[in-house]
Amino acid sequence: MTYEFLLLTIFGLATYSFFLSRKKAMALNVMDPLAVHSQPHYHGLYSAMLTITPAIILLLIWSWFENSIFKDNLEKYFSDVTDPYQLEFYVSGVKSFVAGASNTIMDHSNFSAAAEYYETSTKMSLVLKSIVAVILTLIALRHSLKLVSAKFKARDLVEDIVVKTMRYASIFAIFITLGIVLSLLFETLRFFESVAVTEFLFGTHWSPQMSIREDQVGSSGSFGAVPVFTGTLLISVIAMLVAGPIGLFSAIYLSQYASSKVRSIAKPIIEVLAGIPTVVYGFFAVITVGPFFRELGIFFEIDGFSSESALIAGSVLGIMIIPFVASLTDDSLSAVPRSLKEGSLAMGATLSETTTRVIIPASFHGIVGSFLLAFSRAIGETMIVVMAAGFAANLTANPFNAVTTVTVQIVGLLTGDQEFDSPKTLSAFALAFVLFFLTLILNIISLSIVKKFREQYE
Amino acid sequence: MNNILKRNKREKRFQFYGLFAVGLAIFLLLILLFKIFSTGFSAFNQTYLGVKIQIEKNVNLSELDARSVLRENIRNMFPEVVSRSDKKNLYSLFSPGAYIEFEEMLNSNNEETIDGYYYFLASDDLDMYFKGTVARQGNSAGKIKPNQMKFVDDFERMNLIKLQYNKYLLGSADSRNPEMAGILGAIYGSLFAILIAFATSFPLGILTAIYLEKLAKRNAFSDLIETNINNLAAVPSIVFGLLGLAIFLNFFELPRSASLVGGLTLGLMTLPTIVIASRSAIKSVPPSIEEASIGLGSSKIQTIFNFTLPLAMPGILTGTIIGIARAIGETAPLLMIGMVAFIVDIPQGPLDASTALPVQIFLWQDSPERAFVERTSAAIIVLLIFLFLLNITAVYLRKKLEKKW
Repeated sequence: MTYEFLLLTIFGLATYSFFLSRKKAMALNVMDPLAVHSQPHYHGLYSAMLTITPAIILLLIWSWFENSIFKDNLEKYFSDVTDPYQLEFYVSGVKSFVAGASNTIMDHSNFSAAAEYYETSTKMSLVLKSIVAVILTLIALRHSLKLVSAKFKARDLVEDIVVKTMRYASIFAIFITLGIVLSLLFETLRFFESVAVTEFLFGTHWSPQMSIREDQVGSSGSFGAVPVFTGTLLISVIAMLVAGPIGLFSAIYLSQYASSKVRSIAKPIIEVLAGIPTVVYGFFAVITVGPFFRELGIFFEIDGFSSESALIAGSVLGIMIIPFVASLTDDSLSAVPRSLKEGSLAMGATLSETTTRVIIPASFHGIVGSFLLAFSRAIGETMIVVMAAGFAANLTANPFNAVTTVTVQIVGLLTGDQEFDSPKTLSAFALAFVLFFLTLILNIISLSIVKKFREQYE
Repeated sequence: MNNILKRNKREKRFQFYGLFAVGLAIFLLLILLFKIFSTGFSAFNQTYLGVKIQIEKNVNLSELDARSVLRENIRNMFPEVVSRSDKKNLYSLFSPGAYIEFEEMLNSNNEETIDGYYYFLASDDLDMYFKGTVARQGNSAGKIKPNQMKFVDDFERMNLIKLQYNKYLLGSADSRNPEMAGILGAIYGSLFAILIAFATSFPLGILTAIYLEKLAKRNAFSDLIETNINNLAAVPSIVFGLLGLAIFLNFFELPRSASLVGGLTLGLMTLPTIVIASRSAIKSVPPSIEEASIGLGSSKIQTIFNFTLPLAMPGILTGTIIGIARAIGETAPLLMIGMVAFIVDIPQGPLDASTALPVQIFLWQDSPERAFVERTSAAIIVLLIFLFLLNITAVYLRKKLEKKW
């Protein structure tokens, strides 16, 4: 008897109750179709839902209690261990040993006793809960069969459940946002217990690496995030300098000049750029763009040209966001009423004059909105900068120097060995919090600008 | 008159700028693809060295130590090799995988006499030299030293170096030896993650979309959900990674590095995309059809499930495929939940530790061995082909199933 088998049994019983109830309802239908409120399959569906619910609820509650009870009892075996992390290590070691995920017998006198306890008690628990769950399911099945009658409004009940499920599903999206905000907020607040907010926001020295001995001077690392923010800004601005003109002029050409045939070919090709995974751009930056710029740097004899320079990461990031700028700007340009364009052309203006003096001013809000969206995309982009930009935080505006970004720091701080609760790891959450709010604000602003712009011409 | 000429010239220049921008964007795309494909193409073949193997009939092959027998046979080809360092130089032209291949060959042999030339996997350094990626400089090439180069020259003279299909690349998991490293483990990891992402985000996305589009009353709360979803779509992917780290790993204590966690995280990330696409697909179903259904006595829910949803399905599927395609290429959130370890086993289920294809690309590009560069590109080629097929499916679905009302 395994857990999977138990679940299968319950599902099987639910399916069985569906067919039984449907059959019963069909018999009712044969007798007097007009007196029956709901169609047979609604009776079946309601019956199946009713059958499955008690067992599922039971299993959820059971596993909740089970986990905490087993954990407490297991910890008793290792009561001589004081360090909570070590304790957790032993407990999870026992669990994975019993589950067969690992073969390591850990170096503790009670390990095998704990493993034996865990194995027998999980088995017992499984048998017990299987019996209770199956009995509950059978009771529910019997009850649901009794419910089937001509007057029973199975359809209303099923539809009610469906609507409620949909409502909860849509509320789930709010929980995602809440989850993001809360998980970032908690860790950030813990971070600010050890580092002052002002130091984080206005300090100009960022080196989160802790020294090895705790009594050393400056052992807490330094967490002035200004160089990280300026690095992000520098790279994103470079990206916008690449993507802005290319995207804008592509959009102008495609929406105003190109024949519909050229447009139908060129637009999807440009949008392919948006579909390429960012890790591929990162690799492209490392093997092609980086060496190319280095050659240029040597040719023009630029001092201090770093192989991780902001210019390399920024320009590749720029290539990536070209399609965002292009397609969003294209939408804005196309949203300008034809009458404005035709009026200008009729007055004798050339198409370029019409574009620069009528269409662009008329769609200015939309264009700004799309640039802001692309900018927020650039700020949040991770892989390109992780692969092409550096980890050292330099406070500089020189595009030839290496700078770091918020996302690079988050990846650097949270991959590899991590100890929770150290300011080093927690600082990643603080950075992520800043990143989340920055992109959120940019996004809200740009969405409202675009919305206003749309309403203007409706 | 002069003025008009000037204006026309400006017009031409302006048009040229636009054309130039479009051309530049396409040119950059082509460069990128060309670079990846030209670098990665060679990784689908691999260098093999021929060894003359002689084993008498009636020898119980399973009792032989494959390693020493192969070394003996290699040595027999070069009678002049006696010193320890020379032997070592000779053996190191072969990959550790050569011994495994030889063992497999012995195991599949039914005590027949083995006599002839058989080909075995060469080391990555030799692979790089033979493919011409690492140029020869006098008597050395990359990591191949002069004392090894003489053996390489001998093999070449005897015509015993050849390129064969690289069965490791698509048939095995990661390895420290580039010549034996493959992406199958990563492909499995990606597959599990994507299936889980789809299983969570697709039903949730559709239900949310139906509710917001058809059932919710327009009030502050439904507005809140709507803005919330629009904003979630623009949250950087790495933030979803942190969410996965905090919720799935730290709170629910799911196993680190498992594709289950990766899938759930990617699912949360894809959800807004699916909701937005599904909503616009549902919106495009003409009200007349729904009204006809209501008019014939269907309930609202019956109308939605019998008419609206089937008619909106092509659009919903297209949006879902595009969202899933983006999730497949996503790397940053997977780094956050620890799917970034060096894993040599092919994962058997979504609870096993695994990497994903883009993460494998990230790991390989960071490796110092030269041979990993072309393998990284090859992995990218596989990823891009997969994404291309998905997008083609999306376009096909849209063309095939979309109705113009």
